[in-house]
Amino acid sequence: MPQLPDANTLFAALIEQMAPHVNDDTALVGIYTGGAWLAERLHEALGIRHPLGTIDVSFYRDDYGAKGLHPQLRRSDIPFDMEGRSVILVDDVLFTGRTTRAALNELFDYGRPARVDLAVLVDRGERQLPIYPRFCGHTLAAPLNEKQNLQLEKADNGNLTLRLIDA
Amino acid sequence: MHNPQLNAHGELQHLLSLDGLPRDILTAILDTAEPFTEVAEREIKKLPILRGKSIFNLFFENSTRTRTTFEIAAKRLSADVINLNVATSSTNKGETLLDTVDNLCAMQADMFVVRHASSGAPYLIAEHLHTTKRHDIHVINAGDGRHAHPTQGLLDMYTIRHYKQDFTKLVIAIVGDVLHSRVARSQIAALTTLGVPEVRVIGPKTLMPTDLDKLGVRVFHDMREGLRDVDVVMMLRLQNERMNGPLLPSGQEFFKVWGLTPEKLAVARPDAIVMHPGPMNRGVEIDSAVADGSQAVILPQVTFGIAVRMAVMSMLGSN
Repeated sequence: MPQLPDANTLFAALIEQMAPHVNDDTALVGIYTGGAWLAERLHEALGIRHPLGTIDVSFYRDDYGAKGLHPQLRRSDIPFDMEGRSVILVDDVLFTGRTTRAALNELFDYGRPARVDLAVLVDRGERQLPIYPRFCGHTLAAPLNEKQNLQLEKADNGNLTLRLIDA
Repeated sequence: MHNPQLNAHGELQHLLSLDGLPRDILTAILDTAEPFTEVAEREIKKLPILRGKSIFNLFFENSTRTRTTFEIAAKRLSADVINLNVATSSTNKGETLLDTVDNLCAMQADMFVVRHASSGAPYLIAEHLHTTKRHDIHVINAGDGRHAHPTQGLLDMYTIRHYKQDFTKLVIAIVGDVLHSRVARSQIAALTTLGVPEVRVIGPKTLMPTDLDKLGVRVFHDMREGLRDVDVVMMLRLQNERMNGPLLPSGQEFFKVWGLTPEKLAVARPDAIVMHPGPMNRGVEIDSAVADGSQAVILPQVTFGIAVRMAVMSMLGSN
């Protein structure tokens, strides 16, 4: 079992990277579920003016036909005008890039943002699409077992931790 | 026993009837419909789920609202929709139902939405697809004869859950022409499966099926008794075109006794909601003051109907 970094330390690093690039025009969109928790914390810590957006990209995934819908679908919620906005898409872990691709497609169905950046807590590498995060808390040095999911977990007290789970 | 609605993995293969559909599947459809209600608020009201799929609307019986909402639902999922005007097509030239189906299968259909005046027609198609091993093609019953109208039943359940949350605390009355109503049959099946403790049916004896007690409902032949303290009133349309023989005196007579007026509604709970599957006959089964009143949720039903049909199609498309 590889040693996983502490989520709170990575969170602090992420805030430090993002803070200089955030302004009144910035909006955050978290991807369910881990990315939404992370985005909620970032939204507060960075004092983002626009209300927080959250999306469930299940309907936009390219493996929809093979895997079907998972039972716990969430309602996407974009409570600001997407047109001309500067959006930072937030996810807990970046892996193949397919979730990000799905999220980009979904975002553009709400309007035409001026720009979209990507912020992730951890980049576990092994991309299958040309996607790169602008803000990243940590990049794993060695690849993980591809059958394992690296994901964020939220405790009852709101504390976030990274966990490796067998898929 | 082979349940034609489920595939080998116990997932939804066809939607033919709510009768015999397990509670977890009913709930899964309602849960899946929830996020779809938001799509209508987007600039681009479309999801890519059924991109490249061909859905055939096979309406052997007239319908505007149901066909339109199925078409909107399919288009919001990016499917290609083909409406067959069956009344003026090859059926009139003598082609059988299953020959029509085989021909559409040869055109690479992925899903059939079927309405038919004969009870069981969608079952016949589903069984035919099963025997011909076309397990990749799905059938949705959009109303068959007096038998079932499952997506109407589902959108009614979605509406009730939206306004009343917990099914297990409700008293619900279904009012009107139960005998000719496929909607009522689907509603009773779903309400029972979802654990509603008291389902009442209210209407004249001549418009009640004889086997009602087997369905576990309470029968009333008086509006004021039947509507007392109910949480939900589900009106049925008086099925003029299905009426064979003199079961009723006239629309006006019917309204006097069975029409839902503000006075009759007053004995229900003050927060009771009033539903109607449409199209409404104002002044026959429902008074305009009720239909346009604050307790009516008839237009939200139509909107929810799109999300529910999207849910059914997306689940079938992925199974």
